[in-house]
Amino acid sequence: MASITIRDVTKSYAKSQVVHGVDLDIASGDFVVILGPSGCGKSTLLRMIAGLEEISGGEIAIDGTVVNRLEPRERGCAMVFQNYALYPHMSVAQNIGYSLKVAGVPAAERTQRIQAVARILELEPMLDRKPAALSGGQRQRVAMGRAMIREPKVFLFDEPLSNLDAKLRVQMRSEIRKLHRRLNATSVFVTHDQVEAMTLADRLVVMNGGRVEQVGTPGEIYKRPASRFVATFVGAPAMNILEGVVELDGLSLLGGSRRLPVPRVGLPVGAKVAMGIRPEAVRLVAPGSQGALNATVDLVEELGAGRVIYVDLDGAAFSVVTSETVHPAAGATVGLKISPDDMHFFSSETGARLDVFKASMPVPAH
Amino acid sequence: MVERTPILNFITHLVLFLGFVLAVAPFVIVAIAASHNLKDVNDVPMSLLPGGDFWVNIKTAWTTANLGPKLLNSFIMAAGVAAGKVVISALTAFSIVYFRYPGRTFIFWLIFVTLMLPLEVRIVPTYAVVANVLSPYQTILDVTGLTWLIEKVSGVQVSMSFGLLNSYSGLILPLIATATGTFLYRQFFLTVPDELTEAARMDGAGALRFFIDILLPLSRTNMAALGTIMFLWAWNQYLWPLLITTDQSHATAVTELKQLIPNVGGAPEWHIAMAGTLIVMLPPLIVVVAMQRWFVRGLIATEK
Repeated sequence: MASITIRDVTKSYAKSQVVHGVDLDIASGDFVVILGPSGCGKSTLLRMIAGLEEISGGEIAIDGTVVNRLEPRERGCAMVFQNYALYPHMSVAQNIGYSLKVAGVPAAERTQRIQAVARILELEPMLDRKPAALSGGQRQRVAMGRAMIREPKVFLFDEPLSNLDAKLRVQMRSEIRKLHRRLNATSVFVTHDQVEAMTLADRLVVMNGGRVEQVGTPGEIYKRPASRFVATFVGAPAMNILEGVVELDGLSLLGGSRRLPVPRVGLPVGAKVAMGIRPEAVRLVAPGSQGALNATVDLVEELGAGRVIYVDLDGAAFSVVTSETVHPAAGATVGLKISPDDMHFFSSETGARLDVFKASMPVPAH
Repeated sequence: MVERTPILNFITHLVLFLGFVLAVAPFVIVAIAASHNLKDVNDVPMSLLPGGDFWVNIKTAWTTANLGPKLLNSFIMAAGVAAGKVVISALTAFSIVYFRYPGRTFIFWLIFVTLMLPLEVRIVPTYAVVANVLSPYQTILDVTGLTWLIEKVSGVQVSMSFGLLNSYSGLILPLIATATGTFLYRQFFLTVPDELTEAARMDGAGALRFFIDILLPLSRTNMAALGTIMFLWAWNQYLWPLLITTDQSHATAVTELKQLIPNVGGAPEWHIAMAGTLIVMLPPLIVVVAMQRWFVRGLIATEK
């Protein structure tokens, strides 16, 4: 078990900089998930921790030791790769035990440890098979075994579930989670799948454009996104964003075509803001109700447990998740009721969260 | 696309059959000629029915040209070239594909250029070097005046000489270093996923360990293909062995076939020459048959 400290780490290639000064503290035993769209630098960051990628600036320390100049094998990390990267000519047992063989562990002890790992991962019946004779999920488990057998200080996962089908992915997800509870080793998991990220993480790191946007528990990030990017990236369907201007007694939306009566948000009148609202926080009401916005239904997606209703708000796309038994038809007009408590405000210029509105603030009488 | 019509099937088989006849006919004629006696083989036209002297002719050819030791020489040379080539090619390709060092591209192009300079083109300088491996160094010393200096200072005349004429190393070494093998390996190494290299690094394997434990086992089929091709190629070498083996003890089977070919004024013993040809043809044939399965796999599909 080990803590990881990342200080102002940057990565540049000949032409471009892909990671801009990342700071991150990972506590011993934590399961940290780095989430971000492709090309945001999350894999690069992971590979820098592993030692597969040179660190252009800043420093990474594992357990207090700066590892910038250490070879991967000296860092005490084990990695699970996206395409498993199993050695095709070796049997499962040889694949799992290769690192021990390289380290010169005697054959008897090696066999014993391979057996132990295989038992945990339920790979015992297939130790003699070649990777080509295994299913995707089994290969995944072999890759996990190869990482586990070294008893590393840190586990690194580089999108290890993205090649599995949906059902297997859910299953492996919970297996990884269980394994972490059992080994309690510090783990860093990179993914672009937000459901994977939310379910696995003790702490979630959201990255965008080579920078860390927010660090927090999945709940914190969902409830209090620190930026417009995080707000729209985490959560499905994505959070609705409406551009608006703060007025004395409310919010003028969509270039003034709509108004929302919102209690003073503590922002200067005339400030340009982006108002965000989760689709599941919007309530459908009869069109024309007090304080509701009228919109036209574009499309209804049935999810079984509920449905997603996509509506058109003067040209702006807006989605509503509802479990109610309302069945608005496409083209119908509906009313959208938005509670001020559920609103998020972001600066229109910087995208940063504007945290001035307090839900507990007394609502002035109209 | 697979077409299945009887007419097309017939035509394709006909074409295949014609090709087969074309390829095998000379071989059949050689075998028939090798079974005639002196009179029958010189009949015009030669009878295409096999005669009865096959084994006698084989035996005569074997003893006349002393083929036993010559076949052994050929085998040592061909096997040496094949093995040397496989090792050198794998190492050079490993260096070019997996390491970033200054001058890498330059070295790559140097190797590439050897494609345009086959042995036949550079045979005179190559012969000079093999005749005295140290001659380039001697030349450097002479040109820079160091020979003169050393002679003045110590009174010793520097004259280095280390010849490889009439030796196995002389037969093998100049044939080993060519680009084809390096490129075959390079292409293969480029298809090995980067993740495999990284996994090996995470497992703590150094470069050489990765090469031996991962790359070499994965390139077994490549080795078989390259080894087979190079064995045949080296076995069939004529010019180089002819040049550097002045002594019978190191002559190869292919060059010694010349002894069986009738000279002007000698008896036209073509049946013996044909029998000798058959014998010399046999070892490469065995190698191809034995390696065929690996050979084809190494050249077409990469194992995933």
